Amino acid sequence: MDRIDAIVARHADREGPLLPILHDVQAELGAVDTAAETRIAHLLNLTRAEVHGVVSFYHDFRAEADSRPVVQVCRAEACQARGIEAMMPAVAAAAGDRVRVETVYCLGLCSVGPNARIGDDLHARLDEGALTKLVERA
Amino acid sequence: MNTVRISDDAVARACGADKVVAAFEKLGWTVERVSSWGMHWLEPLVEVNGVGWGPVTADRVAEIAEGGADDLCIGPVAAHPFIASQQRLTFARAGRTRPLSLDDYAATGGWAGLDRARTIGSEQVLAEMVQSGLRGRGGAGFPAGIKWQTVAKAEGSTKYVVCNADEGDSGTFADRMVMEGDPFALIEGMAICAHAVGAGQGYIYLRSEYPDAIAKLNAAIELSASRIAPFRIEVRVGAGAYVCGEETSLLNSLEGKRGEVRAKPPLPALQGLFGRPTVVNNVLTLAAVPHILSEGGAARYENLGMGRSKGTMPIQIAGNVKQGGLYETAFGVTLRELVYDIGGGTASGRPVKAVQVGGPLGAYIHPDQFDIAFDYEAYTAADALIGHGGIVVFDDTADMAALARFAMKFCAAESCGKCTPCRIGSVRGMEIIERILAGGRQADAVEMLPQMHNARQPERSLEEQVALLEDLCETMKFGSLCALGGFTPYPVLSALRHWPEDFGLAKQAVPA
Repeated sequence: MDRIDAIVARHADREGPLLPILHDVQAELGAVDTAAETRIAHLLNLTRAEVHGVVSFYHDFRAEADSRPVVQVCRAEACQARGIEAMMPAVAAAAGDRVRVETVYCLGLCSVGPNARIGDDLHARLDEGALTKLVERA
Repeated sequence: MNTVRISDDAVARACGADKVVAAFEKLGWTVERVSSWGMHWLEPLVEVNGVGWGPVTADRVAEIAEGGADDLCIGPVAAHPFIASQQRLTFARAGRTRPLSLDDYAATGGWAGLDRARTIGSEQVLAEMVQSGLRGRGGAGFPAGIKWQTVAKAEGSTKYVVCNADEGDSGTFADRMVMEGDPFALIEGMAICAHAVGAGQGYIYLRSEYPDAIAKLNAAIELSASRIAPFRIEVRVGAGAYVCGEETSLLNSLEGKRGEVRAKPPLPALQGLFGRPTVVNNVLTLAAVPHILSEGGAARYENLGMGRSKGTMPIQIAGNVKQGGLYETAFGVTLRELVYDIGGGTASGRPVKAVQVGGPLGAYIHPDQFDIAFDYEAYTAADALIGHGGIVVFDDTADMAALARFAMKFCAAESCGKCTPCRIGSVRGMEIIERILAGGRQADAVEMLPQMHNARQPERSLEEQVALLEDLCETMKFGSLCALGGFTPYPVLSALRHWPEDFGLAKQAVPA
């Protein structure tokens, strides 16, 4: 709980600090679980329902930690136009249960798709071979 | 000492620019990381004394260093037809300056707008903003000057400037390019706005999918803090919700709440962030401001464009296109020019089947309509929208029925859940499209029970399913609280009307 207290204290002087706090908790603890929600709610003088409502609303926050590597694949219209959908079965096969493949709607590299993101590294102009290789090495 | 300029924009980096940089450094060259020219098919583009090579891979660096690699050479970059034919105001610095260099910014006319705004006073700033005719570039196209005047006149000691940088639309990347390539222009635009309306605090709400932009903006804000003081700016990072690009939902998210849409009125201009008067403008709107506030800028801006669409629009050419990238030009350009002359047709070399303009909520436009001029009113008249100026090209392998179904699925996934037409309508819309594609459906076991004698028999015909889908789209369009539910019918109905054969329907089955 000390870590959560420290995170909340770090954002104490912000207006509307909940999202920055949740981002930091997610980054440091890998998830925003029930215990974290309860503690954050207590410190910000909110109900746990309010905090849970926010956590469950946004795609970026998870209730349970998942230690698997993550590959984010853009499957929005521009990447569909460049053939991402046909590659997805091979991606799923390469990922298996070892890698978590997440769908994102747009990495903003729409002129050079299909695109993927691993951590803060962006990858563009992927074909099936390059994309499955990324997943295998993730 | 030899110097080479290579972009550090996310597109260039995703295409391998960092490896090219390393190869040049290994040869002892000085590498200047500049913003991107916006010719994305040539990234990573390297520039030596104004002459460009692209797309470059690390193994070709040695040749370029010797002045060779003629097959990759494009000649003087600024004279390339893609660049030379543009009218760049918002992107005047693209490719020419180092994004985080205050010296480069000041040397290219930076801060002139802010300095002038401070001299002429807020009344005059507001008057020039109205005169310029600048309309919100986020999609709705509301006149920015009028919005600023409303906030300036509103009662209250605390006011905010919020920059909407939640660029979630597929096929758009102009906001990202401004934030990564010319962050001080956005900061200056916000500072001018704050000066005009009397705001002390600004927020930039930025999506978590743009890690490079987050880092660049934070650095730029720190570097320029004393220049814009007493105004302060803070970057707030979103959390993967598309709907937070809607301004009221964005404000809720900034306040630390669920990103649910608010009913309007009250307008955010009067009761926005924390209930205070707030200007919410898109990145491109705010980045256009320094130019408008420079000496004579408003009049120059007003003279560009057509009808009520004044000035220039940074158009983003994306999808299955040979020459994708950023193309800023005055309003009035046709899709035919954008797709064929400027974009060079499809990347796959196959015929163009459709172009989606305005992101996931924009209509699919048939090649028969390609003479439509880029103008807010002309697009509205054609049941389409400009949105944020992204165009996504599809070749003839595109399945328009699948794309229509995807539009509904996307709306269902991203709906904030507050209003029924969007939350339920999108799910039902997806189901109806699936039924049309399956050629109708048989009654299931429950429907055949004797108790279900009131159930519809026989099942709906295909024509009735289509009518039902159109009816549902009508409800979503007029009954939704915001543009997510309200505009999802655009891609669905345009796909249905122009490509009924993809839905397994005869041409005449769908009324125009």
